[in-house]
Amino acid sequence: MTPAIQVDRVSKSFGGVQALGGVSLEVQQGEFFGLLGPNGAGKTTLISIIAGLTRATGGTTRVMGHDVVEDYRAARRALGVVPQELVFDPFFTVREALQIQSGYYGIRDNDAWIEEVIEHLDLTSKADTNMRALSGGMKRRVLVGQALVHKPPVIVLDEPTAGVDVELRQALWRFIRRLNRDGHTIVLTTHYLEEAEALCGRIAMLKQGQIVALDTTRNLLNRHSGCYVVLRVEPDRLPDALAAHVTERLEGGAYRLALKNYDEVENLMATLRAAGIKVHEMEVMQPDLEEVFVQIMQKAGTVNGKP
Amino acid sequence: MTGFYTLFYKEWLRFWKVKVQTILAPVLTALLYLLVFAHTLRSHAEVYPGVEYTAFLVPGLAMMAVLQNAFANSSSSLMQSKMTGNIVFVLLPPLSHREFFLAYLLAAMARGLVVGAGVFVAAMAFVDVPLANPGWALAHAIAGSGFMGALGVIAGIQSDKVDQLAAFQNFIILPLTFLSGVFYSIHSLPPFWQTFSHFNPIFYMIDGFRYGFFGQADVSPWLSLTIVTSSFLALSLLTFLLIRSGYKLRH
Repeated sequence: MTPAIQVDRVSKSFGGVQALGGVSLEVQQGEFFGLLGPNGAGKTTLISIIAGLTRATGGTTRVMGHDVVEDYRAARRALGVVPQELVFDPFFTVREALQIQSGYYGIRDNDAWIEEVIEHLDLTSKADTNMRALSGGMKRRVLVGQALVHKPPVIVLDEPTAGVDVELRQALWRFIRRLNRDGHTIVLTTHYLEEAEALCGRIAMLKQGQIVALDTTRNLLNRHSGCYVVLRVEPDRLPDALAAHVTERLEGGAYRLALKNYDEVENLMATLRAAGIKVHEMEVMQPDLEEVFVQIMQKAGTVNGKP
Repeated sequence: MTGFYTLFYKEWLRFWKVKVQTILAPVLTALLYLLVFAHTLRSHAEVYPGVEYTAFLVPGLAMMAVLQNAFANSSSSLMQSKMTGNIVFVLLPPLSHREFFLAYLLAAMARGLVVGAGVFVAAMAFVDVPLANPGWALAHAIAGSGFMGALGVIAGIQSDKVDQLAAFQNFIILPLTFLSGVFYSIHSLPPFWQTFSHFNPIFYMIDGFRYGFFGQADVSPWLSLTIVTSSFLALSLLTFLLIRSGYKLRH
């Protein structure tokens, strides 16, 4: 099957400053793919290249097998992009904006689908309101709608939930999950790592224009850093042998310990028992994506020989 | 085809929805010029034999309005879209380079022609202007508005700030249109400025356009039309290549 997105050794420089340095990745059809990285890592540049908004300095990019430069019309027809900036055209109402966007894709009688999009994004009551008069959250929904008017097989969302309230965020994710279930490929950038962890099947992490991790979300979570144990003990002290494992003293007097793997839990218990310390409360936790992210970013601290 | 038609329609709506500012205001400005210049100069000048100065002025003002508004439409539309970021709505879809160019060009021409027609119709209420060869007038209006519409696309793509576009408009477009024989026949100018005018394509647009009304002009209408049409086509090609290169749009 043709990959939804193929990025092959893509680089981009802006006037001598390198934003992307030879990035390669593939997103398969039907995936829910996350693109993570700190600000300035090159996420938006990469998305812009995929969308044809920016031309790469080197390398090739394909959407559903179509080169984004050579075969730009087919590539763009296959792609829907929700831009990061909250942009809108102040001359039009919500419905007009969607109809015009549909026309740009060469689709005429599209009213049935446009009404469906309006309904799913909860915009029915605002359909004939001018874009200028909408709140930020509403404008964000319209942007999602505009990316969907041509029913693209591949949908890219560049930080769609930045500055969006909880209710809309959840509604948005329900809708996007549904699109993914219906067979759409989703590529997402976000700063909310718990969102990425919950939604994405596979994740690429970018730093300074390079991919520093590319794996399934599960493998990323497993591969790094074993597990965490939160303990409350009596008497309220830990044997010296365990001091090296303590990462944090939590509120309420609990200790947080990092262990390399689950086997170490047994040793931990044995050490406590030997020291005559009674366990009051204990919780074993998987590291979350945020911890993995921080670890990977620190490890990749010397990409390109730069700190 | 639908893509082109939609972009053209959107560009049309963009100025039509604010027609007080984009159509009525320039018509009124032209009428004020007519009022002031006709009042002060009527008794002094008879440019062509048998043509009153007030009548002479009308086609010039109408064409100036056509040219300035064609330029204003494409340049300000592109510039505003770039500034607000909503240019992505036309950059993301599969519009071809040709569709993109033609939609902006034709909408600019439409605005220019609508305003020009408005000036002419409004002036008719005050002044009797003959219409000797409407075909010549129309041909020059179309080619002239096309030239300025294409120039507007270039200026809109090139400008990153309101300031830069304003400079383009005030230091290039305005002097060129003002000094192109709108208010006078270039035969009344000193030799240096006469020669200078012959290098200004806008002079031929106005002169050829005026021929359509009075059947007489400073130079042959064939010469005017040839120069105006070839300038229009050359500039169109340049604009198309600029769009295709992605310059400042897909950087």
